[in-house]
Amino acid sequence: MSETFEPVIIGFTCNWCSYRAADLAGTARVKYPPNVRLIRLMCSGRLDPTFVLKALASGADGVLITGCHPGECHYIEQNYKAMRRFLLLRRTLTQMGIEPGRVKLVWASAAEGVRLAQEIANLVEEVRALGPLNWGKDETSSFILPPLPFELEAA
Amino acid sequence: MSAKPKFAMYWAASCGGCEIAVLNIHEKILDVDANFDVVFWPVAMDAKYKDVAAMPDDSITLTLFNGGIRNDENEEIAHLLRRKSKILVAFGSCACEGCIPGLANFSPVDEIIDTAFHTVTTDKGSEVRLQTRYPAREGEIRLPTLYPTLRTLDQVAKVDYYMPGCPPESHQIAAVIDLVIAALNGKATLPPAGSVIGVGGSTVCDDCPRARNVKTIKAFKRIQDVRLDPTLCLLEQGIPCNGPATRQGCGALCPKAGAQCIGCYGPAEGVLDYGARLISSFASVIDSNTPDEIERILDGIPDPAGQFYRFSLPGSLLRAGKSARAK
Repeated sequence: MSETFEPVIIGFTCNWCSYRAADLAGTARVKYPPNVRLIRLMCSGRLDPTFVLKALASGADGVLITGCHPGECHYIEQNYKAMRRFLLLRRTLTQMGIEPGRVKLVWASAAEGVRLAQEIANLVEEVRALGPLNWGKDETSSFILPPLPFELEAA
Repeated sequence: MSAKPKFAMYWAASCGGCEIAVLNIHEKILDVDANFDVVFWPVAMDAKYKDVAAMPDDSITLTLFNGGIRNDENEEIAHLLRRKSKILVAFGSCACEGCIPGLANFSPVDEIIDTAFHTVTTDKGSEVRLQTRYPAREGEIRLPTLYPTLRTLDQVAKVDYYMPGCPPESHQIAAVIDLVIAALNGKATLPPAGSVIGVGGSTVCDDCPRARNVKTIKAFKRIQDVRLDPTLCLLEQGIPCNGPATRQGCGALCPKAGAQCIGCYGPAEGVLDYGARLISSFASVIDSNTPDEIERILDGIPDPAGQFYRFSLPGSLLRAGKSARAK
């Protein structure tokens, strides 16, 4: 592992809580590592597990999923759905050989800027310790032929 | 030389079931013979790779390619048939998304060879080992070399159409052959390149006659452990049925027979990752909001990666497990 390894973390945030927590951390000048790239969703329930797989397959070293505390979802109970999907996704990823520490679910209310910053810092250090995921492209892929334009001839 | 358009069918890493499905179109096979000149079909007739190589480029009108790309021979023939074919169809689940041979992508290739040659049930003596080159007196004999992972056809060559299914249903094959013949005679137009053909536009659930209600699951069960209501949705009864993510095309054969859908028709329209869609749909219907209870319910799916990627691992976003990818 290189000493200069800087993990790339994709963070999914909820419009009603964790995104505002991140915003609050910013306005309050609370520092957190720049390794995380935050993406705003309307709700953690919008998080299709496809997003997590796509992030990991495209070069992310870790993924942070954040949402409102249980019982506080703006859409009543979608954060519970997010939790269930996360737990099933984590089992599946473990079977694929992806360490469970790379994908984390964190609840953060709009008031918890400091806590969110701390959770981000923790995840960055955990993923740094795990090293690069290096999923990227398939190493065995070879030359792919250019598209062949064709016209179908009548018999 | 015949003026009929040329037809080819090839098998790479596959089981041969796709060929049987083609022959199961019964007397329709006579239409294939009447309308096409079969130039290359290793299962059905004798032809050599060099005969194909000698054909002019683009001279085969229709090639049905089944099987995944497991070794260098598969890849070489995929490139060869791409060059020689006007229409290259990824035929069957193996060519489309990897299918059962693609489960090899969970294990390193050395481990697979060890299992095949050195486990208790397969031990032929410790000296027996797969070799890909052997210096015989007449010259070196070479076997194809396994790749670290299996790839889908479109991961090595451009594919014009996809026809999923393990195997594709014979009535779907017959309909596609009818369409191609009609198009050749100027009586129909082919769908746009890249289309999935011989399928429906929705999911297996839409063909399933079982009644569907709001689903709330307290436990996942195995089909042999419970007495099932034959009229009610299997997922609702706790059976992990892959229907919600699986492409329509088979007519819901398995759920109609009382067994859960295992997903052989691959991801439905608009589904980027088959497993992710199933994770979403299974997790959504679990009736619990407490982590401990959710984990207990999830214990009822002992092999989630196998459940979700039985047919589609090489075609999924991650394509393979980490151990198979490692050099």
